[in-house]
Amino acid sequence: MTAQAVNKSAIGSTLVELKSISKHYRKGKEKVNVLNELNLTINRGDFLALMGPSGSGKTTLLNLLGGLDKPSSGELIIGGARLDQMSNSQLTRWRAQNVGFIFQFYNLMPVLTAEKNVELPLLLTNLSSAQRKKHVAAALSLVGLSERADHYPNELSGGQEQRVAIARALVSDPQILLCDEPTGDLDRTTADEILNLLQTLNQQQGKTIVMVTHDPRAADHAKTILNMDKGRLV
Amino acid sequence: MSSSFLQIPIISWMNIKNIPQRLGTSSVAVFGVACVVGVFIGVLSMATGFQRTMLKGGAEDVAIIMRSGATSEMASGLGYAQAQEISHLPGIVRDGEEPVSSPELYVVVDVTKRTTNTSANVPLRGVLSAAFTVRKNLKIVEGRTFTPGTNELVVGRAVQRQFAQLNVGDKIKFGSTEWTVVGAFEADGGLAESELWCDAKVLQEVYRRGNSFQTIRVKLDGADGMQKLKTGLASNPTFNFSAQLESDYLAEQSKPLTLFIKTIGWPVAILMAIGAIFGAINTMYTSVSTRTREIATLRAIGFGSLPVAISTLVESILLSLIGGVIGAVIVYLLFNGYTVSTLNFSSFSQVVFDFAVTKDLIVQGIWFAVIIGFIGGFFPAIRAANLPIATALREV
Ligand SMILES: Nc1ncnc2c1ncn2[C@@H]1O[C@H](COP(=O)(O)OP(=O)(O)OP(=O)(O)O)[C@@H](O)[C@H]1O
Ligand SMILES: [Mg+2]
Repeated sequence: MTAQAVNKSAIGSTLVELKSISKHYRKGKEKVNVLNELNLTINRGDFLALMGPSGSGKTTLLNLLGGLDKPSSGELIIGGARLDQMSNSQLTRWRAQNVGFIFQFYNLMPVLTAEKNVELPLLLTNLSSAQRKKHVAAALSLVGLSERADHYPNELSGGQEQRVAIARALVSDPQILLCDEPTGDLDRTTADEILNLLQTLNQQQGKTIVMVTHDPRAADHAKTILNMDKGRLV
Repeated sequence: MSSSFLQIPIISWMNIKNIPQRLGTSSVAVFGVACVVGVFIGVLSMATGFQRTMLKGGAEDVAIIMRSGATSEMASGLGYAQAQEISHLPGIVRDGEEPVSSPELYVVVDVTKRTTNTSANVPLRGVLSAAFTVRKNLKIVEGRTFTPGTNELVVGRAVQRQFAQLNVGDKIKFGSTEWTVVGAFEADGGLAESELWCDAKVLQEVYRRGNSFQTIRVKLDGADGMQKLKTGLASNPTFNFSAQLESDYLAEQSKPLTLFIKTIGWPVAILMAIGAIFGAINTMYTSVSTRTREIATLRAIGFGSLPVAISTLVESILLSLIGGVIGAVIVYLLFNGYTVSTLNFSSFSQVVFDFAVTKDLIVQGIWFAVIIGFIGGFFPAIRAANLPIATALREV
């Protein structure tokens, strides 16, 4: 493992384990190696920033951690589950129960209100409608957007949209939050607010967060910074 | 998977709410299906209307007696003596001493169609007073009936509306003989309304038929009347006549044209449906591709591929359904009750009938739309279900 640990405050049991993970794509006859024999351990409660030049494989790695894609080889264990051995439908169910995604462009459903967007992951649970409402209200209040519950995404600012997205990622209480450039589309001040929110979630709720970012100031909010280059951790 | 029940409605709802943003392509699918269902119902309503008129004219307690082998009234013929003998066979209702039996002549005459201003074959039936007894639903609704022995006509309501010079008081010439229209009759919208009636004796004279007729209609006496009549006809070796129920006869007469309309209508409808299916497929592929990021996000959150597929089908079927309803409503407003007259192959004469956009046809048309929507949405649904999530999320 060649992780460059900047901040070693993370203590806790192992949540994620990557054992010699490789990922390649086929472009016609050519094989493009995107991730090369990656080894990595992430502990519960960590806030990890993943940095590196464009094309170095950050998003690809994040997609593997989130069960959106499968590694070409290697072992990927999260919370004791072997993701590399799961079928697509097993992965789908696993995602519903274990991960929250936060995207650069928020990816809210434009035809649903903030509240309904946040409720989406709960539709995959057995919660009753009343219970769902309670969880949604709690998540919205956590991100400070209770007042905007019935607003549609196009009635919200970028920062507010991202807060809704964070509430959506949190609402089903997943083991890990995965963020791909969560502040990439926001101005400095708004970005800082979002980063502070993520930091609070990490510190107060103990959420494990992996965040891909290009921005060193964003990375400063994390406990651990990892750098990637050409499909390797450096 | 209990959660599918929640997933399908919410994704479908989102798809549907999204439609206004894809109004252009969505309306292509709707329009296509509307056309198909419109043509489908339109053509079949013609067949249905024609058949309805034909069948309405046929009673189940009236037998029509024609020369064996004659497939239409025009091809039949029988002398006066034979007519008398047949009328006294068993199985026929009697009114006092007299059997309820109506010997009739049937010829066609040229009359000018109002809509096209061209002439067409209209049946002219020569009858005696019994004709009015045999047909119980026939009513003179304007003027009076003809006076026996004169060149007077009463005309069916339907033929009167579609053809020129048939108003009460009009004089009309067939060949060298001039006739005066003295009345109009209705027959519950049945086939008789497509006919002109006159005194059989006068028609015999004008057409130099001596004392012969072409057919006899008789009122059957009870459930076994037909059997008795048939036995009677068979028992006399000099008879070469056969009897059938008027309803059966008219059903038979309606078959060739109905079949013709349907054999043209179905292939046209199916060809158009194939076009509409391609329209729907295209629309739904567009729908899936514009929703790529949305679908990928839902899948990332943990929504299943099956609910995503089903909701795509739901959208496709809904669009088709809208198209189907629009098509059906337009055809109903445009065509239902629209009166036309056309040549019935079987009798070589015009039948006036209304297009009948029935409930059955509308239901069939709507089902047709649903099938188009299902087929059109099928492959796009599979594509939506198999969307590679990681790749789709990269597309901004
Ligand atoms: N589906 C694919 N097929 C082929 N190549 C792919 C595919 N997905 C990603 N790649 C390639 O993998 C490499 C890593 O991509 P990735 O998106 O992980 O980089 P990144 O570090 O997230 O870059 P950025 O900072 O620009 O987001 C790139 O060279 C990219 O072109
Ligand atoms: Mg990236």
